Amino acid sequence: MAVAARKAGRAGAGAANKSTSSKGSARRAAPNIPQFDKDQDLSAYNEMLLIRRFEEKSGQMYGMGLIGGFCHLYIGQEAVVVGMQMATKEGDQVITGYRDHGHMLACGMDAKGVMAELTGRRGGLSKGKGGSMHMFSKEKHFYGGHGIVGAQVSLGTGIAFANHYRENGNVCLTYFGDGAANQGQVYESFNMAQLWKLPVVYVIENNRYAMGTAVNRASAQTDFSKRGVSFGIPGEQVDGMDVRAVYAAGQRAIEYARSGKGPYILEMQTYRYRGHSMSDPAKYRTKDEVARMREEHDPIEQVRRRLLESWKLSEEELKAIDSKVREIVNEAAEFATHDPEPDPSELYTDILL
Amino acid sequence: MATDILMPALSPTMEQGKLAKWLKKEGDKVKPGDVLAEIETDKATMEVEAIDEGVLAKILVSDGTDNVAVNTPIAILADEGEDVTAAASRSPAQGGGEPPPAPGPSAPQQAPVPDMQAEGMTDRPAPAERPQQTDLSMPAAPSVITSRTSDNAMAEIPEGTEMVNMTVREALRDAMAEEMRNDESVFVMGEEVAEYQGAYKVTQGLLQEFGARRVIDTPITEHGFAGVGVGAAFTGLKPIVEFMTFNFAMQAIDQIINSAAKTLYMSGGQLGCPIVFRGPNGAAARVAAQHSQDYSAWYSQIPGLKVVAPYTASDAKGLLKSAIRDPNPVIFLENEILYGQSFPVPKLDDFTIPIGKARIHREGKDVTIVSFAIGMTYALKAAQELEKEGIDAEVIDLRTIRPMDTETIVASVMKTGRCVTVEEGWPQSGVGAEIAMRIMENAFDYLDAPVARVTGKDVPMPYASNLEKLALPSVAEVVQAVKAVCYR
Repeated sequence: MAVAARKAGRAGAGAANKSTSSKGSARRAAPNIPQFDKDQDLSAYNEMLLIRRFEEKSGQMYGMGLIGGFCHLYIGQEAVVVGMQMATKEGDQVITGYRDHGHMLACGMDAKGVMAELTGRRGGLSKGKGGSMHMFSKEKHFYGGHGIVGAQVSLGTGIAFANHYRENGNVCLTYFGDGAANQGQVYESFNMAQLWKLPVVYVIENNRYAMGTAVNRASAQTDFSKRGVSFGIPGEQVDGMDVRAVYAAGQRAIEYARSGKGPYILEMQTYRYRGHSMSDPAKYRTKDEVARMREEHDPIEQVRRRLLESWKLSEEELKAIDSKVREIVNEAAEFATHDPEPDPSELYTDILL
Repeated sequence: MATDILMPALSPTMEQGKLAKWLKKEGDKVKPGDVLAEIETDKATMEVEAIDEGVLAKILVSDGTDNVAVNTPIAILADEGEDVTAAASRSPAQGGGEPPPAPGPSAPQQAPVPDMQAEGMTDRPAPAERPQQTDLSMPAAPSVITSRTSDNAMAEIPEGTEMVNMTVREALRDAMAEEMRNDESVFVMGEEVAEYQGAYKVTQGLLQEFGARRVIDTPITEHGFAGVGVGAAFTGLKPIVEFMTFNFAMQAIDQIINSAAKTLYMSGGQLGCPIVFRGPNGAAARVAAQHSQDYSAWYSQIPGLKVVAPYTASDAKGLLKSAIRDPNPVIFLENEILYGQSFPVPKLDDFTIPIGKARIHREGKDVTIVSFAIGMTYALKAAQELEKEGIDAEVIDLRTIRPMDTETIVASVMKTGRCVTVEEGWPQSGVGAEIAMRIMENAFDYLDAPVARVTGKDVPMPYASNLEKLALPSVAEVVQAVKAVCYR
C-alpha cells in the first residue's frame, strides 16, 4: 500500500510492494481482493465503526481525566482485527499487546466492561485492577492485553501449544506490532512454533512507528513477512487498511495453521492516526502524512463507500447505524463514569487462587 | 615408572561413583585415547580414557564396585618395558586406597569423556571440599541426622508408615511421574528433560513412560519456553517447566513475574496460571558467579508466586506434588548438591505436604535456628555441635519461603528468645532479613538478643576452591552466631 512515508524514507510503498508470497500491496493486489457480500460489508462496517467511536470516546474521556495512565488508541487500524476476526471460528483464541481495545470489542467483549476498566471502576472487565492494557475474557477466548512488548508472542505460542496438546483444532491469533517484532522472544517463539508445528498465526500490525521510531530506523528488515524465513515460516504482506484483504489473508493463514502445517505470519500494513499513547504529540511524522492516510486509505471510509455505491444504502441508513453505535459507546461511557471504584477490600483479592 | 589411575570426577558435584565395567584387563597395552572403563554416576554413564601409554599392570577396584570416592586409585599403569609384576605389587600412592585430600597440582591421570556435556557438567575434578562434607573419605551421601527429630516432623506421615530411603532426585522424579499419571493436563518441558533424561537426571524415565507429547525437550531458549509454558497454563494445562538451573531463568524472569505472577490480579481473578517452574537453585560447586546464585529472596518478594525450597527427599516429593496441583504459579527451588542425598520417604500412594508450612526439624529450648534447603545442612550440623557444648537448639526448616510460616517461627522464638537464620543467599534483603523483621513485628518483647543471620557473603561467587568456601556460610559461622545470641 502506498503509505505516505516521506519521513520514513524508503520504507514506504516500495518496500511494501515486495511480498514474499506475491500477494502484494493494496495497489497491486486490489484487483485480486475478494469482494464482500452486503452482509459482510455491513458487519465489517458495524464492527469497525464501534471500535472507532469507542476509541474516540476513550480519547475524550482521557482528556477529561476519567481515564488514567497509559491509553493506546487503535484508531486507523480497525480493519486488521475486524477482518481477522471474521476469518476465525468459535474457539480460536486472540492475544495481543497493549493497544488492545479494538481486539476486545472485535472478540465480542462488552463495551461497558471495557470502558469501565479504562476508568478503573468495579464493573470493569478486570474489576478495575488491570486497566487499559490488561483485560481478559476466557469466555470470548481473549487472553489479553499484555503490557510488556513482545511477551504476548511467547504466550500466544503457548496457547497454540495447548491447542496442539489437546488436539482441539483451534488456532491462536497472536498480534504484535512492528516494534515488538524486534524482541528476541519473538524469534524464540517462531523457532518453537515451527519446530512443533503449532497452530498459531502471527499477525504483525505494522503501523509504521514503534512508539516514535519509524520502522526503517529500527528494523534492518522492514518486510516483516520475511521475519520467519530462517525458520521456514511462510508470510505475506497484507493491505491492513482493506478489511477484505485482511479477511482473505486471515482465512489462508488460519486454514494453514489449523491444518497442522504450523505457524503463519501476516504483516498487516496499517497506520495509527493518533499518537502512540495519549501523551504522544507525534512530532516524528508530518500532519500531511496522517491526513493523506485518512483521506485515501481509511478502512471505514472504504466500506462506507461500498455500502453507498455497491449496496445502495442510503445516507439515512448509514446514519442509523452510526447512531446505534454511538448509543452503545455513550452507554459504555455513562456506565464507566458512574460505576463506583472498586471496594478497598479488593486490594487483597485475586492474588492467589 | 608406574602411575596410579585415579577415579575421576565427572561433574562439579560428583564425589563418588560406581566402577561399572573395565574394558581393558590386566596385562593389556593401552595408549592415550583408549577407553579403560565405564563409570556410573547418579547422573550418567561415562567412559574413562587413558592419557598415558603403558600396560595395565593391576586393577585395584573391580567391576561393579559402588561408591568409589573420587581420586581413589583404581588401577596401576606400568610403563612399557617396565616389570609389570613389580609395578603391580607396588602399593598405590598415598597408600591404602585413601584418596588424596584434594586434586593437587598434579592432574588426574586420565580424562573422563562425558557422552555429552550438559551445561554445568564439565569434566573438572571434584571440589576439594564441600562445606557439609569436609572429609572426602566419608561416604558421599551423608547420613541423615534423625536424632532428636521432632514429633512435628512426623505428624504429616501416619504412624506405622513404611519408610523407604531415596535420593532427593528420585523423590522429585516420582512426584512428577505420580502427578502425570493422575492428571493428563500435567506435562514437563525444558532443556534435556526427555531424550537426555534430564541434565541432572531428575526427569529420568519420564519420556519412556509418558512419551514425547508430555515430556518435551525444548531448544535452549529460556525466555521463549517460559512464555510458552505460561501461555499453556492460561488455558488450564499444568506445565512443569524445568530450568537447567535457576541461573538461566533470569532470562525468563519477565514471563515468570509479569505474566505468570500478575495476570490473575490484572484479570480480576479470571485467568489463573497453574504452573511449576523448577530446577536447581543456588551454588553447586566450583561453577563460579554466573552459575551459583540463590534466588530464594528474589522470587519470595513477588505477590502472586509461591516459593518452595525443600531440604529432605520426603519434603521434595510431598511439596512438588502439592506444587503441581496448586492452581498458582509455584517456584520450586531445588539444589544440585542435595539431589544425590538420601532421606527416608514414606511409602504412601499419595503423599503430599502442604505449601506454606514450616517444620520443626529438631526441637530445642535455648535458641531457634531458621533455615531452608541446603542451609539446613549447616543448621543441623551446628545444632549437633552446640549440643556438645550444652546449647539446645531448635531447628526450623522453612520448606516454603512464600507464603512464609511466620507462626511457627514466632512460636519457637517466643519459647527460646533467640534466633539465628541460615541461608546461602546474599545478606541484603535476604530471607534472613525478612525473618528478622517478622520476629520484630511479632515477638520483639520475647527476644533476649538481636536476631543474627548467617548468609552467603556479599560477593559474586568466586571460582577458587578456598574462596568459594569462604563465600558460603559454614557450620562454624552458625555455631559462632548462636553463641553470640546466647551471650556465650
